[in-house]
Amino acid sequence: MTPFSYARAGDAATATGLGMAEGAKYLGGGTNLVDLMRETIERPDRLVDVTGLSRMIAERDDGSLMIGAAVRNTAVAEHQAVRERYPVLARAILSGASGQIRNMATVGGNILQRTRCAYFYDDAARCNKRVPGAGCDAIDGFNRTHAILGASPACVATHPSDMCVALAALGAVVHLENTAGARTLPLVDLHRLPMGRPEVETLLEPGELITAIELPPLPWAVRSTYRKVRDRASYAFALVSVAAVLDRSGDGMVRDVRLALGGVAHKPWRAFAAEAALRGRPASEACFRAAAEAELADAAPLRDNGFKIELARRTIVAVLNELAGETA
Amino acid sequence: MLITINGQGMEVALDPRTSLLDLLREHLELHGTKKGCDQGACGACTVLADGERILSCLALAVQYEGRSISTVEGLADDGRLHPLQQAFIDHDGFQCGYCTPGQICSAIGMAAEIGRGVPSAVTADLAATTIPPTRDELRERMSGNLCRCGAHNGIIDAITEIYSAEAAE
Ligand SMILES: Cc1cc2nc3c(=O)[nH]c(=O)nc-3n(C[C@H](O)[C@H](O)[C@H](O)COP(=O)(O)OP(=O)(O)OC[C@H]3O[C@@H](n4cnc5c(N)ncnc54)[C@H](O)[C@@H]3O)c2cc1C
Ligand code: SF4
Ligand code: FES
Ligand code: FES
Repeated sequence: MTPFSYARAGDAATATGLGMAEGAKYLGGGTNLVDLMRETIERPDRLVDVTGLSRMIAERDDGSLMIGAAVRNTAVAEHQAVRERYPVLARAILSGASGQIRNMATVGGNILQRTRCAYFYDDAARCNKRVPGAGCDAIDGFNRTHAILGASPACVATHPSDMCVALAALGAVVHLENTAGARTLPLVDLHRLPMGRPEVETLLEPGELITAIELPPLPWAVRSTYRKVRDRASYAFALVSVAAVLDRSGDGMVRDVRLALGGVAHKPWRAFAAEAALRGRPASEACFRAAAEAELADAAPLRDNGFKIELARRTIVAVLNELAGETA
Repeated sequence: MLITINGQGMEVALDPRTSLLDLLREHLELHGTKKGCDQGACGACTVLADGERILSCLALAVQYEGRSISTVEGLADDGRLHPLQQAFIDHDGFQCGYCTPGQICSAIGMAAEIGRGVPSAVTADLAATTIPPTRDELRERMSGNLCRCGAHNGIIDAITEIYSAEAAE
């Protein structure tokens, strides 16, 4: 680790004041940042500990839920309103990492965790994300875990978060703040596709702090779930994951649907094409399959990850079947 | 900075780069907590921070200023083993013993989580407020603690003996 100074911020104004400085980084639970600092992939010279920021989960009158950026992952998943009203979010969080890590990890840190591409971690490898312009050893290398959607010739890495896949499906809104002011951004717009600049991962401005996540009211999200497919039964990153929310009418039609995929792209992937193909159609396996095909039409396999296309297709169909089979 | 370790307040002066694990092992000579991977993947370094299980290798010690940390050294009561420590012996819950302190601290934190109704990835009914500590639940919840010797069956047996009995009371 390179040397750094450490300061705690008790509120957003103090945090952004300290966080604006060149070389400063916010510190959540540290479960990703401390590891990357130890590998000297991240070399901040100031850490601003933001775990003292809002740890509130507040149910608002309009039915939305506000979750402070410093709330621990475990606390989100165990919250009664999340379990009952947004089960997809509780399930996504509980399928990620381990009990210990979920106790440490914050909402803000989970959203901004970096890729698990092995070449990104290996400083003997070429990686455009770590060293812009260096090249990418994953494209012709061992790329079983890499992206099938939205990748570029510069980077084929995936975003590793489970929680973000559920947030993408739920239409979550991210609340941001820096010394210039506050704004909001839909979660699905926060992360970028790699294009020519994989080192720029989000639309965050300098010193911008995540202060909260807002879940819009979505009464039909009571019928929602998350399925994660991975190499072992627990404590492994997703090969493919699916977050789904289904509103089926009494006559068996899809009134509305939200679908997002994990493990397939540089960002949590909201499946807009599949959603469009499903709205107003019968909630049947044939329609689910057609929707999955529509979403994956542009999927591009690399040397080792072609299996993800079929896996994503089957997982989408299985999850929608499961939700359609539940009685309202 | 001031930090409480196994009930005892301590004043320590540290480079902010020091992990909580290195504070325990290198500065305080508490070698019970183990360093396996030093990157969050094995659970050998698990300790309790105000009763919550965390990984001390991914924690900077400065983040835990003012907090109360418990390690495996603090579990025995006046020379009498913690019941879970005894159960690990009774059920052959270890071979080399390297993962054991982390397993035991993790299980204690895990039991508190089940006790307050935290669901897991295998909990069928998310709305349930009491969750029976079935073998599947325990295995899922302990998946952050690897055992290279493959003593997992004994480990789960030991945890089941202590915490299923508690749940039945
Ligand atoms: C062994 C292992 C297995 C894992 N498995 C999974 C898994 O299966 N699924 C999964 O989803 N995740 C997994 N994770 C990743 C884990 O979920 C993340 O490390 C964690 O969510 C990061 O949260 P944190 O608070 O510790 O972030 P930190 O490490 O503290 O920070 C991460 C990044 O976020 C920034 N940041 C933090 N808070 C804010 C804020 N409020 N505003 C702006 N920037 C901020 C930091 O500057 C840093 O760049 C795993 C991690 C490990 C070590
Ligand atoms: S896929 Fe992206 S993160 Fe991985 S080596 Fe290539 S540029 Fe780096
Ligand atoms: S040493 Fe901390 S998880 Fe392996
Ligand atoms: S007893 Fe040897 S690693 Fe678990």
